[in-house]
Amino acid sequence: MTTPATPPRLELRHASKRFGEVRALIDASLTLRRGEVHALLGENGAGKSTLVKILAGVHQPDGGELLVDGQPCRFARPSAAIAAGIAVIYQEPTLFPDLSIAENIYMGRQPLDRIGRIRYDVMEQAVEEMLVSLGVQLKAAQLVRGLSIADQQVVEIAKALSLNANVLIMDEPTAALSKPEVERLFAIAERLRDAGVAILFITHRLEEVFRLTQRITIMRDGAAVHFAATSEMDHDSIVAKMVGRDLATYYPKVDVVPGEVALSVNKLTRRGVFKNISFDVRRGEIVALAGLVGAGRSEVARAIFGIDPVDGGEVLVQGKRLQLGKPALAVNAGLALVPEDRRQQGLALDLPIARNASLTVLARLGRHGLISANTERQLAAHWGGKLKLKAHTMDVAAGTLSGGNQQKVVLGKWLATNPHVLIIDEPTRGIDVGAKAEVYQTLTDLVQAGMAVLMISSELPEVLGMADRVLVMCEGRITADIPRSEANEERIMAAALGQAEQPLRRAA
Amino acid sequence: MNKSKHFSWEAMLCVVLIASLALGRGLSPDFLGASNFSNLLADFTEIALMALPMTLIIVAAEIDLSVASVMGMSSALMGVLWHMGLPMPAVIVTCLVAGTLAGLFNGVVIVKFALPSLAVTIGTMALFRGCAYLLLGDQAIADFPGNYTLFGISNVGDSFIPQPFVIVIIAAILFTVLLQATPFGRSLYAIGSNQTAAHFSGINVARTKLRLFVLSGFMSALAGVIYTLRFSSARGDNGEGFELSVVAAVLFGGVSIFGGKGSLVGVLLSLVIIGVLKNALTLSDVSSEVLTIVTGLLLLSSVLVPNLLARWRESRQRRALAAA
Repeated sequence: MTTPATPPRLELRHASKRFGEVRALIDASLTLRRGEVHALLGENGAGKSTLVKILAGVHQPDGGELLVDGQPCRFARPSAAIAAGIAVIYQEPTLFPDLSIAENIYMGRQPLDRIGRIRYDVMEQAVEEMLVSLGVQLKAAQLVRGLSIADQQVVEIAKALSLNANVLIMDEPTAALSKPEVERLFAIAERLRDAGVAILFITHRLEEVFRLTQRITIMRDGAAVHFAATSEMDHDSIVAKMVGRDLATYYPKVDVVPGEVALSVNKLTRRGVFKNISFDVRRGEIVALAGLVGAGRSEVARAIFGIDPVDGGEVLVQGKRLQLGKPALAVNAGLALVPEDRRQQGLALDLPIARNASLTVLARLGRHGLISANTERQLAAHWGGKLKLKAHTMDVAAGTLSGGNQQKVVLGKWLATNPHVLIIDEPTRGIDVGAKAEVYQTLTDLVQAGMAVLMISSELPEVLGMADRVLVMCEGRITADIPRSEANEERIMAAALGQAEQPLRRAA
Repeated sequence: MNKSKHFSWEAMLCVVLIASLALGRGLSPDFLGASNFSNLLADFTEIALMALPMTLIIVAAEIDLSVASVMGMSSALMGVLWHMGLPMPAVIVTCLVAGTLAGLFNGVVIVKFALPSLAVTIGTMALFRGCAYLLLGDQAIADFPGNYTLFGISNVGDSFIPQPFVIVIIAAILFTVLLQATPFGRSLYAIGSNQTAAHFSGINVARTKLRLFVLSGFMSALAGVIYTLRFSSARGDNGEGFELSVVAAVLFGGVSIFGGKGSLVGVLLSLVIIGVLKNALTLSDVSSEVLTIVTGLLLLSSVLVPNLLARWRESRQRRALAAA
């Protein structure tokens, strides 16, 4: 490729960053040019978010350099990045719901008249023009409350543009959008690109990469491992670079003949959240619950486990009706829930590994009602060994472990209850590739030993790689039940977006 | 890391204890005498009885500021019931039940309405104190039977250990086992460290908290009964302001105000230190205002020092990282 005369708008060279024991970035590099949409790809935990936060001035790198228009630069705080023309559009917009669009865009820098009153007319006119130029049907005086996520993202983009940003970083903007909304966002992105804005686009959907972007940077385990023009890559070559190994060994799926029904959910309903959810999970089976973020999957899991209340329906574990609303009863019945947010819901981060591991089995662990620290350590060491937990001792605080090892502690504390049914919500979110493979191997071992697994996952390769059956949820309902042999990305996405099931294309 | 930090805090408390003993010896030659020691121990009976459940509550990241008011209420109730002619055992049992109910009230309001215990117990601190004044006005009742008040002021046999202190020792052992070696105690650390994760682990957070406040109410009432017998005086303002000393003792004992960290060993050490300091200062005729100032300084230092230490460690770690 020829070297362009102008330096790239933004360049990050060999950046590294660690948080305590966790090395979030090891060697991250990125070159972003004017007038391009650049895809940043990588699995969860590959370091994309950390990279974005460095570009946004939220984190400061421990090593490496950052160049803006060819000049070395250091963002000590987010305002420095904004001053350099860099704006980040996050997946979940952070706007003030009770203020108007115009007030949100001009927050903190409202145009004033001579005696210090806000010039609403000036403000709203400027915003109105901007919204028109983006080609969207929004009014400057409209309140943000009630706007869809997609519209809120547009407001964020308008805000960035009004700050004279010419680098836009979009962190998974399409994750919660419907198809027409995605198309509108792409139209806006293309318009901005043609006007010379540099856009960094993060997504998990590869078809969007081919549709919108010109160049690709792929990250794995905290390092940038591949740079290429989008036209030089195809689906399989991208996935291979992201995963860094052969897919067949990555998902160690074995065929298990399903046994009797272990978990049976009947017409479970929580008003406004999910409705008439019914399904069975058999022993030896991995059932995936797929769908978009916000479709109600985690809510169903929490309701089954008794954390969230329900308005109707029933849950049977091993054929016995479970009284809902009490997690302790769910544990006694043989349910285990590895929650989606392990830092908030899974672990007491300040407590040692041993204390975390024993939390689910406190009552069973005691002798004459007393617990010894040794018994706890042995329990933790037992499961730690099985799950290949990497920790010096069982006395270190769980919060100092890496994401993958934290997940193993959560998994271990639930396996210690010897459950019949394991519900695991986003099993590999935010953990590195090596730990992922180990989690998959563990799931495989568990179903081979006769456990029933309900796996909630937003990652299609994981769903396709591990599940015997895929249930898809959309807006609080199950919209598809697809056996492994017929599951593919298109069918799952169609059901996740609520599009009617197409007649099956069968190979002859 | 967690563990070593507690160890060093407790080690530091031991050093402070020795220092304050030396200070006491320096200030007054009577300090190490048996009769003074006996006073010293008797003096922190009530604070200790309330600090034990308070430790558990703060480990669970809650707080009970109404303890001294429950103590005052039980003292006032004791006077009223005695004057009504109830036999002494019935009076004591009723007071203990009343305190337990007061704790239950705290717990129910906090748990059922998911309110912060800080706000609720500030409210009930006023409420229960008001009840105490309502019961007894500003009068004092002092004519309790001699065999009961004698219990309050006499020692075990010929030793220097006051009889009420035996209750403290028994309670301290029970609470230490409860916190350090039972499922209940384990769940308190979990709740204090991350309540959501505790709930997701099948721990009944609401029930656990409710029990804590009930326990606190009972122990506060017990403190009220013992205080009344020791001074042979039931008054509505008995124990006023004690909640500050109780919280100070717990925090100075190394229990984190944010929950999840701390041990009863530290709290017991801190109780002894505070008792020694108070006693030494009283012996050398230092005014009670200075005592209050000392309590305040202890409270501040127990919150500040760990914080500063953590910052210092962090900055050292960062420098080491940057150098690497």
